[in-house]
Amino acid sequence: MSERIKTGDGGIILTNAEDLMNWARLSSLWPMGFGLACCAIEMMATYASHYDLERFGIMPRPSPRQSDVMIVAGTVTFKMADRIRRLYEQMPEPRYVISMGSCSNCGGPYWEHGYHVVKGVNRIIPVDIYVPGCPPRPEALIGGFMKLQEKIRGEHPLAPELFLEMEKGIPA
Amino acid sequence: MTFQEIKQLLILEFGEEIESEEKGLQPYLIVPVGKISEICQFLFEDKRLYFDYLACITAIDNGPGIATMELIYNMTSIPYGLDLMIKTIFPRNTPDQPLPSVATVSHIWKTADWHEREAFDLMGIHFENHPDLRRILLPEDWEGHPLRRDYHAQEKYHGINVRYGND
Repeated sequence: MSERIKTGDGGIILTNAEDLMNWARLSSLWPMGFGLACCAIEMMATYASHYDLERFGIMPRPSPRQSDVMIVAGTVTFKMADRIRRLYEQMPEPRYVISMGSCSNCGGPYWEHGYHVVKGVNRIIPVDIYVPGCPPRPEALIGGFMKLQEKIRGEHPLAPELFLEMEKGIPA
Repeated sequence: MTFQEIKQLLILEFGEEIESEEKGLQPYLIVPVGKISEICQFLFEDKRLYFDYLACITAIDNGPGIATMELIYNMTSIPYGLDLMIKTIFPRNTPDQPLPSVATVSHIWKTADWHEREAFDLMGIHFENHPDLRRILLPEDWEGHPLRRDYHAQEKYHGINVRYGND
C-alpha cells in the first residue's frame, strides 16, 4: 500500500451525501471575528501563526452573515448582551456557539459581586461547546473546535425529521 | 508655593470655611460644597497657581449610617509643578430624596466631563450645569448606582436574570 505511487488519476472515494456535506461543513468553520475581553487575546493567538487555526479551515469572518460559529471570548456584560443576541440572530443557520472561558461559561470571577456581568452566555443564546479556562490556552480552544467538529460529524442535515423520529424508535 | 501658602491664598479669597487635613501622606483641603466651582475656577485662573490639569475626580460613599458623600479633586499645576488635593463633603440622599447635587467643573477642565459622568453613573451624584449628564459605563436603562454602599442589583435586566444561580 505504502509503495504505491500516487498519481492522482483514477481514485474513487465512496461516501454518502450526508457525510460529504458534514465533512465540508466541519472543514470550513468560519467564526465571527469578534472578542470581548482577555479571552479574545488568547483567541487571536490561536488564529495566529503559532497555533494556526487556518489549518482546520477556521478563519474569522468580518460579518455575522458569513459566519458559521460564534466564539464568545470574554466577559459578557449586560450592556453587551443585547448586541450579542442580535449578532447571533443575524447569523445564518446552521449556526453554532462556542463559549470560551469562565466568564462566558458562568460569570467567572464576577459570579457573586459582578452586578454588570451576565452569569453565563447561555442565558441569552444557546451554547454548543463550553471551553473552560481563565483564559483557556489556545490548545483548549482548538480542543473546543474539535469537539464541535465531532458534533457536526454526527448531524443529519439532509434527513427528513420524520425519518429521524422513526429511527429513534428502532432499538440499535 | 507650599500647601500652607495655597491654603492661605484660598482663605484670603473665600474665607475661613476652608479647612485642611495634613496628617496623611498627602495633605488636602476641605472646601464647602457650594463653592466648589468658584474655588476650582480660582485655582485654575490665578496667576500664582495656574492648576491647568485635573488628574482625577474621586467619589466616595460613606454609607447611610454616616449619611455623607465625598468628592475628591486631584489637580496639577504643570507650569509651577504643584499638586493639590481638595475634598468636599456633602449629605447623602435617602431613597425618596433627589440625588445630591454638586456644581460641575467641566467648563473649567474638559476632562471633568467624563469623570463627572462616571461619578453620576456609579455613585449617583448629580452635577449641576453639566452639559451631558448621561450614564457612561452602564446601559442607559440600568436601575440604581452600583458603587453605593446600600446598592442591591436588580432582579432582571431585559429578561435576563442578573444574579448567579437563580435560573
